[in-house]
Formats: sequence, C-alpha cells, structure tokens
Amino acid sequence: MSELERTALYDLHVELGARMVPFAGYEMPVQYAPGVLKEHLHCRAAAGLFDVSHMGQVVLRPRSGAAGEAARALESLVPVDLLGLKPGRQRYAMFTDDAGGVLDDLMVARRDGDLFLVVNAACKAGDIAHLRAHLSDSCEVVELTDRALLAVQGPGAEAALAAHAPGVAAMRFMDAAAFDSAFGPLWVSRSGYTGEDGFELSVPAAGAEALARAILADPAVRPIGLGARDSLRLEAGLCLYGADIDTTTTPVEADLGWAIGKARRAGGAREGGFPGAARILRELDAGPARRRVGLRPGTRAPMRAGTPLFAAQTGGAPVGQVTSGAFGPSVGAPVSMGYVPVDLAAEGVTLWGEVRGKRLPAEVSALPFRASTYKR
Amino acid sequence: MKFTEEHEWLRVEGDLVVVGITEHAAEQLGDIVFVELPEEGTTVSKDDEIVVIESVKAASDILAPLDGEIVEVNEALPDNPGRVNEDPLGEAWFFKMKVEDMSALDDLMDEAAYKDFIG
Repeated sequence: MSELERTALYDLHVELGARMVPFAGYEMPVQYAPGVLKEHLHCRAAAGLFDVSHMGQVVLRPRSGAAGEAARALESLVPVDLLGLKPGRQRYAMFTDDAGGVLDDLMVARRDGDLFLVVNAACKAGDIAHLRAHLSDSCEVVELTDRALLAVQGPGAEAALAAHAPGVAAMRFMDAAAFDSAFGPLWVSRSGYTGEDGFELSVPAAGAEALARAILADPAVRPIGLGARDSLRLEAGLCLYGADIDTTTTPVEADLGWAIGKARRAGGAREGGFPGAARILRELDAGPARRRVGLRPGTRAPMRAGTPLFAAQTGGAPVGQVTSGAFGPSVGAPVSMGYVPVDLAAEGVTLWGEVRGKRLPAEVSALPFRASTYKR
Repeated sequence: MKFTEEHEWLRVEGDLVVVGITEHAAEQLGDIVFVELPEEGTTVSKDDEIVVIESVKAASDILAPLDGEIVEVNEALPDNPGRVNEDPLGEAWFFKMKVEDMSALDDLMDEAAYKDFIG
C-alpha cells in the first residue's frame, strides 16, 4: 500500500488531539476529544473548522483567455448551465458518464478569467485525467497542490472569518471571491457541506496552519472531524459520492435534477451535449424508475448503508437499499437516505429495513432532515 | 470487579453478577446511540451475542460473559444510550445475571490484569 499523504494541518490535528484515520489516501482527523456527537452539535450551535484539504482544487484555464471558453468546454462534461454562471458565483455540478451515471460531484466557481473546481479526494486523479482527456484543446487543467482547503461552518462562521477577511460578511450563499489576508491570498466561497451557513477557504499551504489557528482563536469555533462532517451532511440531505451517488446512479435518480439548468434541458438553448444526455433528459421528462429519498427509521436502531429495504414487513424481494444512514444528532433520531421505486417514494410511505435479520419500519421523509441556514 | 477480553466488567451483587462495558470500551466505541437488551429470563451461554449497541460509527455486540440466566436488564438504557459514555462503570450497567458457576469468575481478569491487557 502506498504512503498516506498528510495535509498542511496534520501537525495541528495531532496537537489538538485528533484521532487520525486513513481516508481517500490521506491521514485525516475523524474526531477530536469531544467526539462526533458533540462536534456535530457544536457546529450547528456555534461554529466548526474542518480540514478538507484532501479534496482536489483544480483551475480550468481557457487557452483563449476568455472564461466563457472554459465554461463552454466544461459544459461538455457536466449537465449544468455554466455559461449562465456569473463571475463570482459558484454552482454544484456532476461529471456524468455515457450511461448517465455520476463519475463525481463537484463545485464550480466562475472567476474573471477561469473556472475554479473543487472535486472529491477519492476521485480527483480520475477527474483530472478526465478533464485533460476531453478539454486539453481549449483549456489548461491545473491542479493546485500547494493550497489547503478549510471550511468554517455554523452560525458563528461569518464572525470568525470576517475578523481576518472583513469582505466575507457581504457574501451570499454560493458567492465566491478572492481576498487578501495575512495568511496569503484567499479564494473564498460562501458554501459548505453541512447545511449550515459558512465558507470554504482555499489558502496557500504555507499559511494554512496560521489561518486555522487564527480562526480557532475565536472561542465559538472548535475543530470538527470527518465523523461529524458525515452526520452533518446526512442531516442536510447532501449526497456522499461513493455512497449515495456513483456510476450506477443518474443525477435524476439521485434527485439532483435541480442542478440541471433549463439551458441544458430538452428545448433549452444548449440542450444535452454532455455524457449520458439521452438517458438523463429522458428521465427529466418521464421521471426515473427509482429515486433517492429520505428515510426516518421508526425505532432508535440506525439503518446504515447497505440495509435492504422491503415494501412489506414480511415476504417479497428487496425494493431498494439504504445508501447512507446514521444517528442524526440534531434530529435526535436515526436518519437514512436510500433508493426506492418511484411508486414507493412519496413522503409518508412506510417501508421496512432489515436490520440484524429483523424488518423494522422506516417512513419516507422529506429531505433535508434539518432545514438549511444558508444566507441567501 | 472482574474483566473479560471483550471489555466487559462484572461485579458480584449478592447471588447475581452485574455486567457492563469498561470505560476503555465506551471511549473506543464513541458516542452510543442505540442499545438493544435481551429479555429478562433468557438463558444464555458464554459468548452468545445478547446485547446490541450502536455508536455513531458502527454496531457491536456484547457477549454473555458466562453461562447463566438474565434476570434483570437496565430498562433506562434504550431511551438514554448516551449514559453508557457518561457512566459506563456505574449507572449504565447492561444486565444482571444468575451465573451457573460462580467459580468461573475466578478465571477472569482482575483490574490490574485488564489494565495490562488494554496496554
């Protein structure tokens, strides 16, 4: 097995008492001393600092110098309207394959002269190869390996970050902008993956630890590990690549059709033109056969990923399965997401999840499980 | 108090044995969010999986430490599983059992041996 990589904050994590685990090729903090439950609740009540430097930061630089060229090029790989993305704004997107499956999900921000992408750690090598294979004629694909990525999330995030970059207070959800700071030039988006208001900060690796320490000096902010990051995103109804979405799920099945703008849909100005368009446009029009839904287990027993779902308490073959599931600390009960046939996907439908050989009830529930607090 | 390699503690209380999990186990498991107890009156054999606990991370089983009968379970735990993290050696006991052969306790670790065992 190859050596695990370390982020610029590795020493700080160890100093803060983190339990480090291998994750997507990196040694990452899964939790600190308070533990997953308290970290989760603290993030929702105050603010949390996350190290997400394992994720890939990629700049798509148009050879012509016009950012629109990069947007046009990337539209050939994602079903999202990127030409309609204004400078200083960010959108959620996904790379699709020819069968309509999802190769990865990502964030795309439009800057003045290029696009700034954030992709999943486990997929980044594949994503970069994919971008280079398809877009090299028009764009240079630059992986930023000398920058860390931090997230500050929660109601106290704005105050904690504005102390170091005052301009961030004026940003709205999915705004993205550059700021000068004592820690080097920052690229900041008002976004995250917890359902909370907050920011993601790209910072030069050399300034990352000092920036993290400065943010942690705010008494509202505590470091949060990957364990709580997972329960936070699950309560927020957000997909984890490799669990809730992968090459066997389409964006429409995953209930991510909202990310596919009118311009890319049937009858739109740039209809189709991305891998898997035939299937994805058909599913947008006629509906998919199955859909990702929220599930609220009827007992305290969590229904974790892989739990088979049945239409009845006895008999029959599984109709679907759970793709993410855990105890939701802010919900105060277990929560799950999974795929079910559309005729069983309506809110309030009772399904049965098999846990340790017993079928236990779970009700199809609206997502997110907890309302987001984005500053729109 | 006696200890098993499965990180359970056993305390003799009259003619019964009270069973819980150690602080070390509770800490390793992380926040406990679910506890499923056996029925009172269940006859168990050593190493039967009789309690299910789930932490924020994963599910695990607690095994019967000895042969015997479950005579009482801690009814407060399923509604308040977090007690296992707060007071694993006290209030958060799991069950009391009538053990067939009390001398079998002598084969278990004492506190010093358990401390060595967990390093």
